Amino acid sequence: MQNPEDRIARLRAAAAEQVLVIDGAMGTMIQNLKYDEDQFRGDRFQTWNQSLQGDNDLLNLTQPLAIRDIHDQYLDAGADIVKTNTFNATSIAQADYGMEAHVAAINLDGARLARAAADASSTDEKPRFVAGAMGPTNRTASISPDVNDPGHRNVDFDTLVDAYSEQARALLEGGVDLFLVETVFDTLNAKAAIYALKALEDDIGRHTPIMVSGTITDMSGRTLSGQTPEAFWHSIMHAEPFSVGFNCALGAEQLRPHIAAIGRVADVAVSAYPNAGLPNDLGGYDEQPDETAAHLQEWADSGLVNIVGGCCGTTPDHIRAIADAVAGKKPRQMPGLPKRLRLSGLEPFVAAA
Amino acid sequence: MQPTFINVGERTNITGSARFKKLIMSDDYDAALDVARQQVLNGALIIDINMDEGLLDSEAAMKTFLNLIASEPDIATVPIMIDSSKWSVIEAGLKCVQGKSIVNSISMKEGEAPFLEQARACRRYGAAVVVMAFDETGQADTIERKVDICARAYKLLVEEVGFPPEDIIFDPNIFAVATGIAEHDDYAVAFIEATRQIKQKMPLVHVSGGLSNVSFSFRGNEIVRRAMHSVFLYHAIQAGMDMGIVNAGQLDVYDDIEPELRERVEDVILNRRADGTERLLEIAERFRGGKGKAGFQEDLAWRDEPVEKRLELALVRGVNTYVEADTEEARARATRPLDVIEGPLMAGMNVVGDLFGAGKMFLPQVVKSARVMKQAVAYLTPYIEAGKQEGDAKDAGAIVLATVKGDVHDIGKNIVGVVLQCNNYRVIDLGVMTPVEKILETAKREQADIIGLSGLITPSLDEMVNVAAEMQRQDFHVPLLIGGATTSKAHTALRIEPAYEKPVVHVLDASRAVGVCSALLSDEQSTDFAADVRTEYEGIRAARAGGKTVRKVPLAEARGRPRAVSWDNYTPQTPSFLGTRAFDDYPLEELVGRIDWTPFFRTWELAGTYPRILEDSVVGEAARSLFKDAQAMLDRIVNEKLLTPRAVIGFWPAQRVGDDIALYQDEERGDVLEHIRCLRQQVLKRDDRPYDCLADFVAESGSGIADYMGGFAVTSGAEAESLAKAYEADHDDYNSILLKALADRLAEAFAERMHERVRQELWGYAPDESFSNEELVRERYKGIRPAPGYPACPDHTEKATLFRLLNAPEAAGITLTESFAMQPGAAVSGWYFAHPDASYFGVSRIERDQVEDYAQRKGMDIVDVERWLRPVLGYDPLDAGKKAA
Repeated sequence: MQNPEDRIARLRAAAAEQVLVIDGAMGTMIQNLKYDEDQFRGDRFQTWNQSLQGDNDLLNLTQPLAIRDIHDQYLDAGADIVKTNTFNATSIAQADYGMEAHVAAINLDGARLARAAADASSTDEKPRFVAGAMGPTNRTASISPDVNDPGHRNVDFDTLVDAYSEQARALLEGGVDLFLVETVFDTLNAKAAIYALKALEDDIGRHTPIMVSGTITDMSGRTLSGQTPEAFWHSIMHAEPFSVGFNCALGAEQLRPHIAAIGRVADVAVSAYPNAGLPNDLGGYDEQPDETAAHLQEWADSGLVNIVGGCCGTTPDHIRAIADAVAGKKPRQMPGLPKRLRLSGLEPFVAAA
Repeated sequence: MQPTFINVGERTNITGSARFKKLIMSDDYDAALDVARQQVLNGALIIDINMDEGLLDSEAAMKTFLNLIASEPDIATVPIMIDSSKWSVIEAGLKCVQGKSIVNSISMKEGEAPFLEQARACRRYGAAVVVMAFDETGQADTIERKVDICARAYKLLVEEVGFPPEDIIFDPNIFAVATGIAEHDDYAVAFIEATRQIKQKMPLVHVSGGLSNVSFSFRGNEIVRRAMHSVFLYHAIQAGMDMGIVNAGQLDVYDDIEPELRERVEDVILNRRADGTERLLEIAERFRGGKGKAGFQEDLAWRDEPVEKRLELALVRGVNTYVEADTEEARARATRPLDVIEGPLMAGMNVVGDLFGAGKMFLPQVVKSARVMKQAVAYLTPYIEAGKQEGDAKDAGAIVLATVKGDVHDIGKNIVGVVLQCNNYRVIDLGVMTPVEKILETAKREQADIIGLSGLITPSLDEMVNVAAEMQRQDFHVPLLIGGATTSKAHTALRIEPAYEKPVVHVLDASRAVGVCSALLSDEQSTDFAADVRTEYEGIRAARAGGKTVRKVPLAEARGRPRAVSWDNYTPQTPSFLGTRAFDDYPLEELVGRIDWTPFFRTWELAGTYPRILEDSVVGEAARSLFKDAQAMLDRIVNEKLLTPRAVIGFWPAQRVGDDIALYQDEERGDVLEHIRCLRQQVLKRDDRPYDCLADFVAESGSGIADYMGGFAVTSGAEAESLAKAYEADHDDYNSILLKALADRLAEAFAERMHERVRQELWGYAPDESFSNEELVRERYKGIRPAPGYPACPDHTEKATLFRLLNAPEAAGITLTESFAMQPGAAVSGWYFAHPDASYFGVSRIERDQVEDYAQRKGMDIVDVERWLRPVLGYDPLDAGKKAA
């Protein structure tokens, strides 16, 4: 398909017309493959000196056909946007496997796999897009890992910026249309990602839209780092993102008020890709495709969302049901808020006119 | 949240706050966090943080402090203003905040290129920005320069950087006026007018400034400064200033400023007349030195009296301001320093004693008088020591006072000590938790004339019996006084007096102590007095022995008529967490307003209900004065964080099993963590009234209703003890007692506050309740929090179970003595029951059948159970033992 600028223009046009569908869980699909250690290693890392089982992102290099197949399944189900298999592909997260040196390759191949799949499915009527997934890493920049030493941090802003920069460059080189800073549990991590993306943009002189998706970790309605949805939006609004929203952690039913809350204050597209309900006793997800789809259909009817999809526990069947449910629905309208000085701590602050 | 004027807290600015600077320089980040917390609690919408100090690694300090703030949800709730003149410090700060902050500040001081670079970085970090009206040639001081520089900066920011206009805050520089230099006279006007023009040209931006600069010339004259701030702000806000670093405590209401002062300040601020500065200076002196409203003058007429009279008046009024000077004057005139004590000071104390005896002075006033006395004596002591051969003063008698082993409560004992000292008794105070050996050794060594014992908790009663028995064994002859909250004439008569042949007297309160002591030590009266007391006590014993005993029902029968607690239509609420949660360093501010004052006045033997007591025709004046001192002390406690309240609470799955409550490890309700053993009423009741037992308020095991129970232990702070000691070292018993009494009240308030949070939020079974403080004191809410050792669960040993469950020693720093008194003393603990039918009751007397059953359930010897439960035994264990034998 055309050059990046054209694709972005088509994305914006599509978003103005319809509720876009983003794909479902990558992790759940990989889990279902039940790969053993050897399969994770593939030919390339036969002799790696530590266990690689569980390094899902590495499969971009060792089992590319399987990853491509998952993308194809989601595209067949009707997803407009597919996420690259790069959630943990930063030098920080890959350090668990000693894979720091291969981070660029994992992202590059991850982006290429998704790009090829999306291009193969794209038509003039239904263009498909690739979002480069940038996860939160496994460290928190504003929360101490040690309750007895609240000033301590196991990662700092600069380290995060470096890691995200490396990831973003490779994703862009592999052909992503968007960056998806997702599952944000600590907003400072997300701000480091945004910093890296803006620096990259200035460096190469080309704008790539950013999606930011936080995660509400408990019923209190706050992120792990303690922010309300509104405060979260204020913290990241300088990214001037293509969309903002929430994913993971909660099922649709529990997520709804928080999606509504952020939609009231954010004058950009709102995305929502919840888990398939809350996990059961065994950590699995039981919500059936029609159930998830019914929730998201109601959200679309209520004008809450612009982009919907699934997170943990969702499958191509879920995405198919969701795509059917929101087909032909009008996307959410922007609230058109007045210009105000908007700040935040854990809670939002809005100055008077 | 749509405030029209955005107040930025400035106390966490090292360049503006000496206290904050000291804390940071000494690495006391905990206290520094409290400064930040205070500001947020006091309503700062944004807090300014500045670490600019030459001797400090400012970048590291900024990073450390912001990281710490991130872990304090009550502070982190508001946005941060990252304030530094060094860009590297600002950038270090920006890397630590997850929220959207304000950078304070950037400017064109070094030219456009660095300004643009820093502005871009602010944008990349996602921060709003304060821009100083400062360019390559310097700070803008005229209207024109201020407006021009801001307009130029605006254009660069919006057009070159793409900065949102609403994220720009201009600081057009507030400079000092009334400096005596004519060019400065227009500085305030320049700021105000520039503000008006900036807002006209660039309506989306904000205008801010540091207010305190404007009044710099009047340093040391708080009243004039406050007036200047208020007047300046009044006009600047009208012109469009909408943000500022303002200490709300340093502002007066514009309309409340004394009219003449306001007019002259306004002349200066608005530069309305050439002689404005002189005219303000003319009247400024009138306002110097005052903190609040001008015009207050203490009536100092009494200072013209002769020195003897002045000392007397100082004693009666409890004024210690002049005590050293007056004492010195009296000493210089006297033949011997001792004459000052035996002369004017004793004369003054006699007046105090007479007034107290006549009910014209009250305890708090007497304790204040004693403070004056002690300080005068302390002043004279070195002179007396120097001329020792002149002979010792004859005191009225030596009294050894002690709170007995296992008990930590001493407010009442301290008050008695002070009152006795006022009456010329030599008091040897052994403090709290005093073993019997130490009491008796000290009494021998000091040749004590009287021993006084005090205690608050019921196990102390037994320890007092021990002391009496030991005095008998060691063949003591001195009288024994008994006092303290749980002691009574009946208990003294029934248990203590029979153990010791010499006089044993229960002293109801401090005001009686002097009368009792003087009677016991008087050659003429002692025999009669002792005989009278003995006769009275024998009468009590006879009445108790011969009187009809209260009828009790067998335990089985009592169990057959439990409280009809309604379980239909009742679903126990699941608490928000199970297990325990600790609350460290709880904000004192939340507790102050919840103090129940009536018991506070009772501590000082002032009878009446707060707030009516303040207007009482008899004790009102004393109560008001005491209340004022208490408020001042509370302010100190809060502002200087003298106390660190700590608490731990817990919730557990619970079911009733007979008269016990089983608390379970988890929701499986299989593994029992602990059993709470409860006692049931056995005193015969009329009609169908139930025999209450706390266990009835928890759903029965096997009922299918999954119920819960909670527990708590709170203390207002471990520091009270050492702080009180420091006052005592200063001969200031008044403040020592005041502090302890307030610590006790704060602990109660803390227990009340936690209970409120438990009901509304932490257990959450009454999320919508809302009560006034008075209603809370009257316990209108649902659910109860009975304490082990008190009427509904009189067994103190159950506190051990509670403390095990809570891990209270580690979680809240509260430990138990061998008598199950809590340490620190200002502590409260108990159980939480949520059922709406739960209510307080007293177990009252129980029979031996229940004691046997209870002993078996607890796995204790009957003898031990009887010892701990003696205050509620409905039978004499000795009789029961004889019958069994």
